[in-house]
Amino acid sequence: MFNLNKEAKLAYTMLIPTISIVFLIILFPIFGNFWLSFKEVKLGDLRAPQPIIKEKLKTKDIEPGDDILIEYRFKNSSQKKPIFNIEITDKISKFISPVEIAEGCSVNNNLLSCYFEEWKPKYNEKIIFKFKANDNFEIDNFNPKESKPRGVADADNILTNLKFSLKNFQKILQKNETIENIKVTFLYSFFATIGALLLGISAALLLEKNFLGKGFFRGLFLFPFVSPVIAVAFTWVYILDPFKGFLNNYLLNNEFISEPIFFLGLKKVDFLGFDFPFTLFIVILFESWRYFPLAFLFILARLQAIPKDLYEASDIDGATRIQQFFYITLPQLLGVISLLFILRFIWNFNKFEDIFLLTGGNAGTRTLTVQVYDEAFALSNMGTASSVAVLIFILLAIFVFIHQKIAPKDIEE
Amino acid sequence: MTNNIYQFFFIYLYSIITLFLLAVIGDFVSISIFLSKNIFIYKNIFLYCFLYAVCFFAIRIIITTQVSNIFIFIISLTLSYFFLINKEINAYQILIIISVFIAFNLLLQKYFTAKNFSNFLFEVSFLKFLKTNSLIFFSFIIIFPFYLMFVSSLKSQMVLLQNPTDLSIPFFYSISDFFSSYIAVITQYNFLNFALNSTIVSFVTVFVSLFFSIPGAYAVARLRFTGRSKISSSILIIYMVPAIVLVIPLYVIFSQLGFRNSLFSLMIVYPATTIPVALYMLQGYFKGIPYELEESALIDGCSRIGVILRITLPLSVPAILSVSLYVFMIAWNEFLFAFMFFR
Repeated sequence: MFNLNKEAKLAYTMLIPTISIVFLIILFPIFGNFWLSFKEVKLGDLRAPQPIIKEKLKTKDIEPGDDILIEYRFKNSSQKKPIFNIEITDKISKFISPVEIAEGCSVNNNLLSCYFEEWKPKYNEKIIFKFKANDNFEIDNFNPKESKPRGVADADNILTNLKFSLKNFQKILQKNETIENIKVTFLYSFFATIGALLLGISAALLLEKNFLGKGFFRGLFLFPFVSPVIAVAFTWVYILDPFKGFLNNYLLNNEFISEPIFFLGLKKVDFLGFDFPFTLFIVILFESWRYFPLAFLFILARLQAIPKDLYEASDIDGATRIQQFFYITLPQLLGVISLLFILRFIWNFNKFEDIFLLTGGNAGTRTLTVQVYDEAFALSNMGTASSVAVLIFILLAIFVFIHQKIAPKDIEE
Repeated sequence: MTNNIYQFFFIYLYSIITLFLLAVIGDFVSISIFLSKNIFIYKNIFLYCFLYAVCFFAIRIIITTQVSNIFIFIISLTLSYFFLINKEINAYQILIIISVFIAFNLLLQKYFTAKNFSNFLFEVSFLKFLKTNSLIFFSFIIIFPFYLMFVSSLKSQMVLLQNPTDLSIPFFYSISDFFSSYIAVITQYNFLNFALNSTIVSFVTVFVSLFFSIPGAYAVARLRFTGRSKISSSILIIYMVPAIVLVIPLYVIFSQLGFRNSLFSLMIVYPATTIPVALYMLQGYFKGIPYELEESALIDGCSRIGVILRITLPLSVPAILSVSLYVFMIAWNEFLFAFMFFR
């Protein structure tokens, strides 16, 4: 009925802006990340070396015909790298004309322009330029700094050159910490997912049936999920604080404990003979608490879609409620639970803010994402940071592949 | 006999958990909000619960009829009297405990009056009490942090340090003391400026991501073109890309371009991360709108753009509103990019 070609053309024009912005901000940075991971870039290298030029008037009380000395200070901003082909331009006052200027400089139409081939690292020199005041010199209109001197130079930009090395990956993999972090990340993602799912299932079962105030509770249960992570994490840190926190003081007042527990600073606790990662456990509790509403919403929607006949039939057959749960409800929910599991697992795997705000990655809770941050800004090494990010990305690609295998049908629902 | 053991177990368990929860929550609700007093859980609470449970069990065995509320009242009073003497319990808690026991007794009466307390009835009543307790538990773990946040915001640092377990709302403060933290935040810490920044960024994000995702969603939902299925399946994959993978290169690029420290950088990044979600949600809704409406408009000579503007958009106002709310929430709550770009 309609012209197919025209329709496709329209579709493409409608989609191109969307796709291009996503490409620019999502896919291009992923490529950039891979690019950076093969380069030894430090945080300080991000600012390209530049020529810095300052001018200063040395002579006072000028009268027509006097010599005027202007000091120019040339500096290479970089401590390590030379810069090449430096071109400097500066507008000078129309009341003065050059007498003696540095080599490589010339004045043309009140425009001072200089050219230097190379400035070495740490290059820093003061050169005095001699000018002469013209006959029509007017002290009131004279402004030696007619314009800010500008300098342009070429420098070897480490970000765009084609030198690659595998040193970042070598550094990362040689650290014992990395393997430990991978382990922590997996533990954290897995158990936080399980916790959120268990809480979500129980919450959904609680609020499935009609009762007075159901709407209120459904709204209330979404609170942890919709509130900003920084507010929630701060509150938890405040509650768990060893000295001024609520929980410790509460336990101390009641003499349940004799000295404060460092909830967010205990790497290992001896528990029945094996090392129990205590702080990681607290962080997992936080994560389960914060993200169970999502599981709750999904599972509630699925629960309400289960046909009621199944329950009626099983009632007639004499099944108890617990049997009904295990033989009807749970199998019906299995699809959405597995989908949620993989989704939540991936999102927990990507989580940075929650752990960073709670513990800053200390006390055995440093996940890979926190390691990326630490490499980049604590150790100021962009290269190793992006190589950890590449590691995350590769692991994630595997999960997404599994997700695609498991859940293409469920997504279409 | 087995049924009686069940009953005993059941009543015991229910008393313990309910009382434990009530001791905590009763304190929080009745005492702490109105009176500035330290909250106290009594170490012997399990013992008391056990005593209660034994008493109920004894009555059931001896009298073997339904437990009348008067009995409960008398038992509770006598038990409470002993606790009161030892200063282990206070009047508020006695009131709460008694009223809850009466309520639970009424609730259970139905099941216990049946001559044969069968497994089925046991399970039903067990689940019922489990449900009530879990509801209390869930509400508590959700409300408590927010309540603590709220109460702490009304007090000065000194008061908080002196008495961290005090959860009362300071009603006796004057108005200016009551809101002193809020006033300080606004006047001294430039809060309004930050709030304005957040608002600007969030609204721009909502508008930009709707502007881009509405046509995209319509194309994916309605128009036939090659690669349509691929696009609709790859939308959600983009949502799984970790932000930390994006943030390092974006930091580098924005530093080079020189607008890293501006709100503009956030206004570019946030829409890009929310467009896939918005597009996915909207295309689901667009698919649900009857195609016949659009077809008839097309036959009457309306262009595609006209169809979108005159039919699809007016019909999907609720979806657009909820999507904008969701996008607004994401942009408002976002932490990582803002934290990195403004360091």
